[in-house]
Amino acid sequence: MENLAAPATKRLSIDDAIEHLKSSHPHAVKSDDREGYEGVIVDSDRLVEIARVIRDKLGFDYLSSATAVDYLGEGDHMEMVYHAYRSSGGGALVFKAQTDREAAQIPSLVSVWRGADFQEREAWDLYGIRFPGHPNLTRILMWEGFEGHPMRKDWREAYYEEEQKPFDSRWPGGHVHRAEEKNVFGKNVSYPPDIDLNRLMDTSDTAVYQSLGLGVDIERVMDKDGFETNELVVNMGPHHPSTHGVFRMVLTVDGETVTSLEPVMGYLHRNHEKIGERNTYLHNIPFTDRLDYISSMGNNHGYVLAVEQLMSLGRRYNPPTYRCEALRVMMVELSRIVNHLWAIGFWLNDIGAFFTPVLYFIQERERILDFFEAVAGSRMMCNYMRFGGLFGDLPERIKSVSNLTNDRVRDYNTMQFLTEMINERIPRTIDELELLLTQNEIVIERSMGVGVLGAEDAINFSAAGPLLRGSGVAYDIRRADPYSIYGELDFDVAVEQEGDMYARYRVRVTELRESVRILKQILPRLEATAGESIWADGKPGAYQPRVPHGESYGRVENGKGELGYYIVSAGGRGGSANPWRYHVRAPSFINLTPLGHMSKGHKVADIVGILGSIDIVLGETDR
Amino acid sequence: MDLNLQELNATEFPVPVELEDNIAITSLSQLYNWGRRNSMWPMLFGLACCAIEMIATASSRFDFSRFGFEVMRATPRQADLMIVSGTVTKKMVVPIVRLYNQMPEPKYVLAMGACASGGGPFKEGYNVVSGMDKYLPVDVYVPGCPPTPQALLYGMIALQRKIDGQSIANGDDVPWYGEGPAEPTPVPVLGPDIIDPRQMDMIRRQAEAAASEAGLLGQRELPAFTQLVAATAVATTAETTEAGPVDEDALSVVLPTGGTPWAEAEDIREKRRLRALARKALRATRRAAQTEGE
Amino acid sequence: MYGTGLAKGLRLTLRHFVESYIDDLRYGFRKYHHSTDNFGIRQGTQTKGVITVQYPDEKIAVPERFRFIPILIIEDDDHPTRAGKDWCTSCGICAKVCPPQCIWIVRGNDPNTGRPVPEPEGFFIDIDICMNCGYCAEYCPFDAIKMDHDYELASYDRTSHHIHDKERLSKPNSYWRAIAPTRAYDEMLVRGTWEHKDAAKEARRGGASATRSSALSSAARETAPAATAATAAATAAEAETAPAPAAEVEGATPWSEDDAKREERRRRALERKAKRAARGG
Repeated sequence: MENLAAPATKRLSIDDAIEHLKSSHPHAVKSDDREGYEGVIVDSDRLVEIARVIRDKLGFDYLSSATAVDYLGEGDHMEMVYHAYRSSGGGALVFKAQTDREAAQIPSLVSVWRGADFQEREAWDLYGIRFPGHPNLTRILMWEGFEGHPMRKDWREAYYEEEQKPFDSRWPGGHVHRAEEKNVFGKNVSYPPDIDLNRLMDTSDTAVYQSLGLGVDIERVMDKDGFETNELVVNMGPHHPSTHGVFRMVLTVDGETVTSLEPVMGYLHRNHEKIGERNTYLHNIPFTDRLDYISSMGNNHGYVLAVEQLMSLGRRYNPPTYRCEALRVMMVELSRIVNHLWAIGFWLNDIGAFFTPVLYFIQERERILDFFEAVAGSRMMCNYMRFGGLFGDLPERIKSVSNLTNDRVRDYNTMQFLTEMINERIPRTIDELELLLTQNEIVIERSMGVGVLGAEDAINFSAAGPLLRGSGVAYDIRRADPYSIYGELDFDVAVEQEGDMYARYRVRVTELRESVRILKQILPRLEATAGESIWADGKPGAYQPRVPHGESYGRVENGKGELGYYIVSAGGRGGSANPWRYHVRAPSFINLTPLGHMSKGHKVADIVGILGSIDIVLGETDR
Repeated sequence: MDLNLQELNATEFPVPVELEDNIAITSLSQLYNWGRRNSMWPMLFGLACCAIEMIATASSRFDFSRFGFEVMRATPRQADLMIVSGTVTKKMVVPIVRLYNQMPEPKYVLAMGACASGGGPFKEGYNVVSGMDKYLPVDVYVPGCPPTPQALLYGMIALQRKIDGQSIANGDDVPWYGEGPAEPTPVPVLGPDIIDPRQMDMIRRQAEAAASEAGLLGQRELPAFTQLVAATAVATTAETTEAGPVDEDALSVVLPTGGTPWAEAEDIREKRRLRALARKALRATRRAAQTEGE
Repeated sequence: MYGTGLAKGLRLTLRHFVESYIDDLRYGFRKYHHSTDNFGIRQGTQTKGVITVQYPDEKIAVPERFRFIPILIIEDDDHPTRAGKDWCTSCGICAKVCPPQCIWIVRGNDPNTGRPVPEPEGFFIDIDICMNCGYCAEYCPFDAIKMDHDYELASYDRTSHHIHDKERLSKPNSYWRAIAPTRAYDEMLVRGTWEHKDAAKEARRGGASATRSSALSSAARETAPAATAATAAATAAEAETAPAPAAEVEGATPWSEDDAKREERRRRALERKAKRAARGG
């Protein structure tokens, strides 16, 4: 309805929208005509103004990703790249702002899209770009006081060996050593030469509290006695059973009521992107498994899509075969089922249904993991997808050979196993799930009206996945911007209007059913394509593919929301072997932006539920 | 589960076969260890991907409560075992050391997965600790990325074997039965990079030495150290492997049965038994001398 | 009525509770008995009730594609010409394709000529870095590095145990054929022989040639069932010596029927392909 009433500029195609921008801001906007790049480069002084035009006038109201790139040696500038979408669907308007490397500074877009908040903090933390106008520009993944901005191309880690893999020391003269043996301290550390050890204080924690604007004098609060409620700082995490990993929340509470909440993260920041830029393209696939380790298949999918987009710029490129796509979709949907079962189960743990539902769901998960193990070789870290293909076709039988005396052997026909799972077992589990929970009065009372996020807020906060759809925005990338074979599959986008915890639960349950519906359509497709090659070129891909220059943004609807990979291929002649920039738009990370907003006014006990209903996984949040 | 008395029986003292189900002759520390190892409570403490496999191990299909790892405690004060399940980052190691210090003794650390053992695939990352053992004493390492639930169970059984091999009487085995409370592990400091207080002197010396040179500390290769690396690097040429002295460790690795970790526990136990016998002999001679003197 | 949802849910948990006992009854008292094949049923899609695997008394055998720590394939001890020789030619592809770079290879040199020989002098894998991704096995052009199925590797000391050297990594070819018969067979089809690529090439060059290699491969195929059956023995070294019990050969040899099925499937696939082509044309 809104779309019909919208001005005509909101329905412009992306090319027309770019033309519109260029004509309305002739000096501030120019096309990005580097080879393989898209979108526009915006004069950074007028970025905020133009961003408002993009959001309000052109209708690109959803900022999917904002990330920095360091073009050291390739133009010697820093660049912020923004991908904006329309919440009604369609492709991206990419706009970029460039700045000098030394005094990197780009105006903050938090006033336009609050979803840019954490992403700009990340760019400050890892790239050292300042964002004037940002309300709280502090480090987010590393600690306050850390030396340097590690994602800059000239920053080197303590164990630095070479700029790019493969390292020369491994072959042919590969005399083994451990990296710590080469470090004076025997640890993964390096210190600046002017380190002052006499005045050494761990300021990381106090900095956290100060950055939150919590001028709370903890001493004073502790001195008070009596029953009067008092504003108090409560620290939850990083070791807390309900934070789903090493996540930390600092809340101020007035009595039991939360007045403000700040997520603190980075406790699992394992430098995915830095390592990813040292890696070759192929090396990154198993690393993506470890992002959202509940649904590794989805991570693989997003990454191979992004790299295939880049590869398609080259001369010789064959798209994946139909069977390959069908298998990919099947795997992704199965892992979505795993993901939602896990998410619902642990959310219930948080609101008090301690472990009964989880244990039921894990039983089903184990069956699906058995299948993954038989097909891809590992229960969790599947590493199944390749550029233009897959690790392998389905085995004929899910079969194991005993190699120890007390091993027990299983042997099932793969298709029969799948059919039974998809037609009987998984639907039965979902039925049980609904029977157990949907009408359960305790669940309803704990979750209805708690953690409300309105539709406009959800879009503005760049929320994704069930969090967005639970707020009444029917935005599912599988429909809004179809990839793979989702365009021809029949399924509905799950959407609920209320925007509370219960709505998110309902969205997940509906998505479980829709996933089963998709899987039921995949089965005959698999049977019809049996025998077809899973490789685009009919043979396995090369182990060191060269990827044409350019940028690409591959995004998929993962269980937790929109998972995007921004990849830049630069450097080297005739394509690159290693990504220049490898950025992960992590739904778990960006979905935390509205957490403070959603938590305000609720009780402490609801906070863990709200966090659980967002469904984060720390491997992806901190990367 | 049935009580198996035979596993309590100390091998030195044979029990008649017909009584094996009813009688066990055992030592106090064996009985004590038997109780201890069958009631290990792990800390509910997940770091990364491995934590998911740890949950899978705790859930109904693998169910580690069959081994007495019954309840996962969220507080360190009720836990005996810290399963470090996942990548340890510099930012996280500070709370981990604090948690470890809060655990009551006797306490054990199990490093689950490649990351917790030695940094794993993320080892090169700037925020990653190269193994939990850089900061805490680790008892059992479980390799794998991630270890399957069965691999973790194997590691837990290995830990139980290790506990079996410990003696209350011997201070070398279990430091916590010494006098007074144990020294807490110093908590690392988050400075420009993480700083282990135990290395403070070394950092200071390095800083003084490097004061003239530019560049970061720690990235320099020390000449003495490279030599050491070359010397200790596992024998790389075929000649040295053939001609070199037989290394016990290498041997146990090659043999299919000797590679199991509890071969080492057996070893320890055997040594302890010999030591006990020696002590006993000594006592006997002393007593003999005493009676003679009287 | 308020509380009905709750009651329904509780009824479900009660059903689960009761079901687990009814299911136990169905097995009699032989649910965990060694001689029964209850395990497959308990771990299948139709199971109800308790699904616990009684590790370590029973273990879930891992599927063939399962990957844990890599191993290097060496020729069996009873191989006529190449006994104990490495399949690895130290080409270094595994070291290049390894994402965390945990493979170190020292390429061998001929002591006389100084030129590289196709055999690694040293081969190390740091299993504290290895991410079990399986790339090394996937991209090895000589099928010389494989992912092992042995996950029981816990140790008390990582400094001495966790860098696997060549000796520790090496496993005979028969071991690989034992733990992954189907995959070994598929690889053989791609290679065209059970032998190592280079050995086959040499044999062809030697003149004894095609007939010999095919004879070898068919012989190998015949011995395959024995190898499969002997997997009960824990190590391949044992498998070499232990004669396979006849009864087990009966039960655990899917080879002959598998071949027939494979042929059947191939035929069907070809038919389908032809049909599709006809339709497309």
